[in-house]
Amino acid sequence: MDIRSQVSMVFHLDKCIGCHTCSIACKNIWTDRKGAEYMWWNNVETKPGTGYPTKWENQDIYKGGWEKNGDSVSLKGAGKFRGLKNIFHNPHMPVLDDYYEPWTYKYQDLFTAPEGDDQPTARPVSLVTGEHMDVQSGPNWDDDLGGSPDYARQDVNLQSLSEAEQEAMFQLERMTFSYLPRICNHCLNPACVASCPSGALYKRGEDGIVLINQERCRAWRMCVTACPYKKSYYNWHTGKSEKCVLCYPRLESGQAPACFHSCVGRIRYLGVLLYDADKIKDAVSVPDDQLVDAQLDIYLDPFDPEVIKQARLNGIADSTIDAAQKSPVYKFVKEWRLALPLHPEFRTLPNLFYVPALLPTMATVANGVYDSTSKSLWNGVESNRLPMKYLASLFSAGSTGKIVEVMKRLMAVRLHRRGVTVGDLNVAEISSAMSEVQMDAETADAIFRLTSLATFDERFVIPPAHREESIEMLENTADVKGNTGFGFKEKPARGL
Amino acid sequence: MTNFLLFIVLPYACLAVFLIGSIYRYKSRGFTVSSISSQFLEGRKLFWGSQPFHWGLFVLFFGHLIAFLFPRAVLAWNGQPVRLLILEIVAFAFGVCALLGLVLLVNRRLTSRRVQVVTSKMDVLVFVILLTQIISGLLVAYHSRWGSSWFAAFLTPYLRSIFVFDPQMDAIASVNSLSLKVHVISAFTLIGVIPFTRFIHFLVYPVDYLWRSYQQVIWNWNRKSIRTSRAHSEGHKSKNN
Repeated sequence: MDIRSQVSMVFHLDKCIGCHTCSIACKNIWTDRKGAEYMWWNNVETKPGTGYPTKWENQDIYKGGWEKNGDSVSLKGAGKFRGLKNIFHNPHMPVLDDYYEPWTYKYQDLFTAPEGDDQPTARPVSLVTGEHMDVQSGPNWDDDLGGSPDYARQDVNLQSLSEAEQEAMFQLERMTFSYLPRICNHCLNPACVASCPSGALYKRGEDGIVLINQERCRAWRMCVTACPYKKSYYNWHTGKSEKCVLCYPRLESGQAPACFHSCVGRIRYLGVLLYDADKIKDAVSVPDDQLVDAQLDIYLDPFDPEVIKQARLNGIADSTIDAAQKSPVYKFVKEWRLALPLHPEFRTLPNLFYVPALLPTMATVANGVYDSTSKSLWNGVESNRLPMKYLASLFSAGSTGKIVEVMKRLMAVRLHRRGVTVGDLNVAEISSAMSEVQMDAETADAIFRLTSLATFDERFVIPPAHREESIEMLENTADVKGNTGFGFKEKPARGL
Repeated sequence: MTNFLLFIVLPYACLAVFLIGSIYRYKSRGFTVSSISSQFLEGRKLFWGSQPFHWGLFVLFFGHLIAFLFPRAVLAWNGQPVRLLILEIVAFAFGVCALLGLVLLVNRRLTSRRVQVVTSKMDVLVFVILLTQIISGLLVAYHSRWGSSWFAAFLTPYLRSIFVFDPQMDAIASVNSLSLKVHVISAFTLIGVIPFTRFIHFLVYPVDYLWRSYQQVIWNWNRKSIRTSRAHSEGHKSKNN
């Protein structure tokens, strides 16, 4: 047993209002630089939709992630042989046009234009070439276009649905969309790390954050291809790849990452999960339908005395174990089984989990009358607006059972709370919904509380980085005992 | 005197600059050591230029290296005319390959607005040197044929004398071929400009990727030891926060 700690995340999609505040917070801190303008380490997509970069989920195009290869897995579009062979030209790499060409406006023209008959205008100019351009697309060009032919119909996840099911999904009365905010998943089996020929990418042992060493990156750009989530970006100006750093400087000082902190809908949760690194290889090698269970099985119970003992032996601090016990992520993912990983079939073991959106209210049109009444208060989860198969393609590698299970649990909480706060429902209906998913009132109340009333400190349980000892990360303090104050660039030793 | 400057001073100057400059750049300006790929800005034309160019140079580089290190083996191979012919044709083909690729790459730089944005003065120098190098090489191969055989007689002694610090330029200075002289001079110039150009990326070609384990986990507390999940119990345990 090799227990490590991982800072992991839960996004509650029912609460996401699609305001893109997270994206802006991230942009302002990290990617407002030359060469990085097109990057959105955090982006919010509308589903169904094609996303950013366009059709990133389609691994027939981009060859990202891992694929099952006998008892093990191998990188789909990269790896030792393929990587070195394709080093002069990477055939599956997305280029700027697959994202969008970043632009700004010539605002100065509004003030400096000579007097004339027309209003001065601020024309768009490319942030790459500096020339005038026609804006063709942007990072959220499919925003709110959940029924459009160009975007929604091109969603890769629709491939799992039959023609008829797709048609039903795009009926006007049934049309819907929900948001999918995405950041780097800081995976347990990161394809980007494995694909980097120069070894610039690595996973931090202490908290599992995946980073790119800018000094060692040589622009072989294999990580851009290999990350199936397309969350490693190539900075065309510096010639180095960059990615989400989970705001580690903020985490180390006890602050939530900028996108988490700024989230208006408070959909984001962050906490520690303890996991067994020895199980990674087996967990990524199971058949598709067992992937979710195999991944959840890696995460360990932080209250189990044996786990605590092994964790301590492995050098995990008590403060980190304490954070793991209070972790909201552990509750959502393991205890309550409400959150699922995005596209587990990429086999990278992502550490960002999503509570799927519950959109049950369905309407029909009969004789020209729009009818949204239903037998029960909320229709059953099977008549969800987004078909279960579609959600399964997103969150459970195609197994609809897993999605239905989560939906029923979410519904049970709603029914229970309706019973508590309004009390207009049949008690038998509530108790049958609760017993079907084996949930007691106490759990339902706890879920309700963490979902809607949780305070800042309940949503973000950040393990202390022990900054009082942080100098020891960089140097052996005993060796530099004489270097007081700001220290010396060179040792205070006698010269030659 | 000119010959002395070109075939003795220049090589040593270039080699010294290459050695000191490359180490200095790697050690203290490590961030700039990169292939600074522009595939992200333009991918299609790059394919047709970059692939033949790099693979052509790859083969030619090792061809030259083998001819320099093992001249006897090459001469033995060339003992039969058919094998000599095959070797020469293959080498020439890869030379043409590299030239074609390079011309396409130059064309790409000239026609793609986006790629021009990331083109530096040093990139122009790189193109000039490479064009000189490849064209002069092809001219040598065409006009003074069977170079793989006479290489051992004229160039190997000269090059060896340079590397053993006993410079003898008689062989090379007496050669009556301008293209061969240009080829040698531009070769040393190319080596000399490595620390100042994107040529530096060929020094960091990631061969170690072949024997590295795929996943890398680094503990800040013990940053020298990179642990894999297999090797976790070896050595001492790292401290965690």
